Amino acid sequence: MFYREAGDFKTSYRDDSQTFPIRLDRMGYYVLMFVAFLVVPFFINDYWVNAVFAPFLIYAIAALGLNILTGYAGQVSLGTGGFMAVGAYACYKLMTGFPEVSIVIHIILAGGITAIVGVAFGLPSLRIKGFYLAVATLAAQFFLVWLFNKVPWFYNYSASGQINAPERSVFGVIVTGPNTEAWAKYMICLVFVVVLAWVARNLTRGMMGRKWMGIRDMDIAAEIIGVNPLMAKLSAFAVSSFFVGIAGALFFAVYLGAAEAGEAFGINKSFLILFMIIIGGLGSIFGSFAGAAFMVLMPVFLKNVLVGGMGWPTDLAAHFEFMIVGGLIVLFLIVEPHGLAQLWRLTKEKLRLWPFPH
Amino acid sequence: MPEQLLFAMEVTLNGLMAGVLYALVALGFVLIFKASGIFNYAQGVMALFAALTLVGIQQGQVPFSHLINAVFGTEIHHFPWHVPSIIAIILAAGVMVLFAYLVEKYILQHLIGQPDIILFMATIGLAYFMEGFGDIMWGSEIKTLDVGLPQGMNLAIDEATYNMFGYGFFIDNLDIVAAVVAALLVTSLVIFSQYTKQGRALRAVADDHSAALSVGISLRFIWVLVWSIAGFVALVAGIMWGAKSGVQFSLSLIALKALPVLMLGGFTSIPGAIIGGLIIGVGEQLFEFAIGPMIGGATQNWFAYVLALVFLIFRPQGLFGEKIIERV
Repeated sequence: MFYREAGDFKTSYRDDSQTFPIRLDRMGYYVLMFVAFLVVPFFINDYWVNAVFAPFLIYAIAALGLNILTGYAGQVSLGTGGFMAVGAYACYKLMTGFPEVSIVIHIILAGGITAIVGVAFGLPSLRIKGFYLAVATLAAQFFLVWLFNKVPWFYNYSASGQINAPERSVFGVIVTGPNTEAWAKYMICLVFVVVLAWVARNLTRGMMGRKWMGIRDMDIAAEIIGVNPLMAKLSAFAVSSFFVGIAGALFFAVYLGAAEAGEAFGINKSFLILFMIIIGGLGSIFGSFAGAAFMVLMPVFLKNVLVGGMGWPTDLAAHFEFMIVGGLIVLFLIVEPHGLAQLWRLTKEKLRLWPFPH
Repeated sequence: MPEQLLFAMEVTLNGLMAGVLYALVALGFVLIFKASGIFNYAQGVMALFAALTLVGIQQGQVPFSHLINAVFGTEIHHFPWHVPSIIAIILAAGVMVLFAYLVEKYILQHLIGQPDIILFMATIGLAYFMEGFGDIMWGSEIKTLDVGLPQGMNLAIDEATYNMFGYGFFIDNLDIVAAVVAALLVTSLVIFSQYTKQGRALRAVADDHSAALSVGISLRFIWVLVWSIAGFVALVAGIMWGAKSGVQFSLSLIALKALPVLMLGGFTSIPGAIIGGLIIGVGEQLFEFAIGPMIGGATQNWFAYVLALVFLIFRPQGLFGEKIIERV
């Protein structure tokens, strides 16, 4: 009744292959875009952008990237934090090296550099599979973070070893540095998210995505029917790292403003993003967003309830958060291994008939 | 003998000792992986939790005191007694058995037949849960663990090497104890799995789940058993590491160090875990000693992983792992 797929006829190939083929989905998407672009920016303040929106949008990009690699191409990676660090430091070097070039170009280039690094660390995936690969990507995580801490060139020889985002603007609006307005922070993240999500959606339902899924489901079988595993795996690593690199660049330049490799991009970040895609749903674009939203909102919520509402000490609340995150992951894996995305699918299924019985 | 060579020898010896500790953690991984095919990421956190429990029992801490104080506004911290080390160790081992039972009952049982990677992720979730739980139960401050193990420089070795080379080697007593304990542990595990009924059942399950089921071996019992043994191994590892560097959060990170050990040795081989541990221990110490100063030091953070990565490219199943055969 409320969710209809029937009666939605296509009369041209163009209609048939648009990003959201179902009219209701499309309308929902337009409404969401309207709210995101034309309503939220007018009401947003510093607290909301720093606590909720900026991390959500940036993590969503990272989760999209990891979901392409893990959910679509089946290559488990625990090196996401390291790749985010590559994006952040690449962006920093570009920003300080070429101050006259637009920050948008820097961020995209940072993604490109991360893609190259990702391909380099993805090479072993041709020989190593499963757990072994997951552990091998830890090499990327630890090596990259160590590299950025130890080689002073990467942080421009600053005394603190930190990198600080200089002030840059897009169309005359400041988007990085301490003087950024809340809505500007939000908008630059949002634009990147929307564009990248569109790219991801179309990549994954096209030829490339099908090759990735073939490799994920059974690589030998995929190879036999003519998928080149070298190209498929490396392209998955490249695209995934591109996304993660952009997330890292935004995380540093727009959200944090100042970062230190070990702290901001440690192993915990890798796990956090892995959890996002598990809870959200492996192999689902919507799942990446749902997982990111969940993992960003839950700590905020818990903190407000436990510390604000019940007056517990913050460290106790932090430990509880660990327990709840861990427990939820186990619970999700047991009850709904396909994550929030599957719950959403089931909801749509129900809404087709509801409130009528048949 | 040139000084550099002597230093290198000392570093190698210390690396071997550190390697024993890595091997201890890796051993727990291998046991669980062999018996249930689960890659148990939580092994390191189990070591942390076991060590925390041991200290807590030994010092008569009230479990969850922090939480109770926060909720009820009371001020309780300790019971008025101290438990002798040996009893505390037995009690801590008991807690680990209980833990194994609960894990089997509430997690593993529901995940039978899921893909390996889902099980792996479940153990990551378990690790997070345990980390928070351990901190809530026993508090998160750094604790010192003292079960009466000898510590400090071993004077006999120092003297012997001084007489031999004119330079005394620094070897920590604790490392020697750890090596001995590890050797004892491995020997007793081998004896257990070769000569007892349960040990045979365990090997049968490791060989083939369904065949073992069909001859009447209870899979659930074996899983509880193997998680208990892994819990005990974690306790031993926790005692050793805890005595060395205090019981704290970083203890759970040694699990990450055990991963390259496993990759080197192969996931299914107990000797592999030991030898892999030694190779990693020596390798990272020697690398830090020889190359570290040139490139900024602290190479221990990543050397093990890169070594394992390079190694795996040439031999994807590790040193002693079973050959990977893939079929469509």
